[in-house]
Amino acid sequence: MKDLFRGELVRLTSEEPEFRAKVEVNWQRDSEFHRLADGDPAKLTSAKKIKEWIEKNIERDFNPSRYFFSIRALADDKLIGFLGLWLELVHSEVWVGIGVGERDYWGKGYGTDAMKLCLQYAFMELGAQRVSLGLLEYNARALKSYEKAGFKLEGGMRQEMLREGKRTDTLWMGILRDEWLQMQNGAKP
Amino acid sequence: MFDIATQLFESPDVRFGPIDYEKDPEIESKWTHNAEFMRLYDFEPARPMSAAIVKKQYEKLEKKIEEDKNLYHFMIRAKADDRLIGKAVINRIDWANGACQIHLGIGSADDWRKGYGSQTAKMLLRFAFAELNLFRVTANVAEYNEGAIALLKKLGFTEEVRRRQSLEREARRWDLLVFGLLKDEWLKQAQA
Repeated sequence: MKDLFRGELVRLTSEEPEFRAKVEVNWQRDSEFHRLADGDPAKLTSAKKIKEWIEKNIERDFNPSRYFFSIRALADDKLIGFLGLWLELVHSEVWVGIGVGERDYWGKGYGTDAMKLCLQYAFMELGAQRVSLGLLEYNARALKSYEKAGFKLEGGMRQEMLREGKRTDTLWMGILRDEWLQMQNGAKP
Repeated sequence: MFDIATQLFESPDVRFGPIDYEKDPEIESKWTHNAEFMRLYDFEPARPMSAAIVKKQYEKLEKKIEEDKNLYHFMIRAKADDRLIGKAVINRIDWANGACQIHLGIGSADDWRKGYGSQTAKMLLRFAFAELNLFRVTANVAEYNEGAIALLKKLGFTEEVRRRQSLEREARRWDLLVFGLLKDEWLKQAQA
């Protein structure tokens, strides 16, 4: 039996609210990270408020249709990112939100490794028929990473986002169960 | 664009109105017993609801409207006899980016093919673009919903995303289509 939570570069965890808040309070100060990960306006919240918010939402983020993980690097055990899954139970679809908040860990395969774990978890433990995600058109690094993991681009919602006075699309990607299984058997993405 | 005097909630044959807690639950309860309608209207499993359940849903909805401030809901009534015939929603409003989703349903098959859906959609779009001042409207439709797809195309929407095999019904998987309409495109249509 494989270790579902351990990849080659990262592992998936569930962190204590206080520790998570202390780490995430710094991620939000990197506005470039925020603008790559999120379509909402950037904001700066106290560690105290983030901790309260995590504790308040324990049931909202831990239930049959919602899974939340933190991502730690194996090499130094640093908490580097997050992975959220939303389950559409009746249709067996899993929607993914992922981000690597630590800038030093960008472009080195950590995100892609976490996504591989995520897909394995979705298809082998959650029984998903498909996994979906959205990303901002200007997030070229994410697009490459997701394509490497096997996602296919399914279209773009035109000019959905407005940032720095420029309109940008929200891209949509998906991977089907059969496509992922074939990849495990050696097919290329 | 129309002027301030032109009613937002009036069309030739239908009008928008608030929920009527006395009359509406029973009528909407009937719609929910029609699986065909429910499967066209919603991606959630079709399930019948008593008037009591519908009433609870209305209460939850009005609470959500008040708290989340990112959703608008309209009941559709036939002008001729003030009869409740459907409902319409503008939701997932993203104010910072000027985007939203629309959704509508005409509950009884007897009221289909009369142009009510088209009049409703036009009122929704005018509300989104000329009253909420949004930039873009999204509509999500199952690939088997030919009526909705035809209406969206007629209104000038563009098919933008094919979410492959996102829905399961009748022991098979279906694509979910995402359509989008931008403000300039709506303006051209509205002025035509």
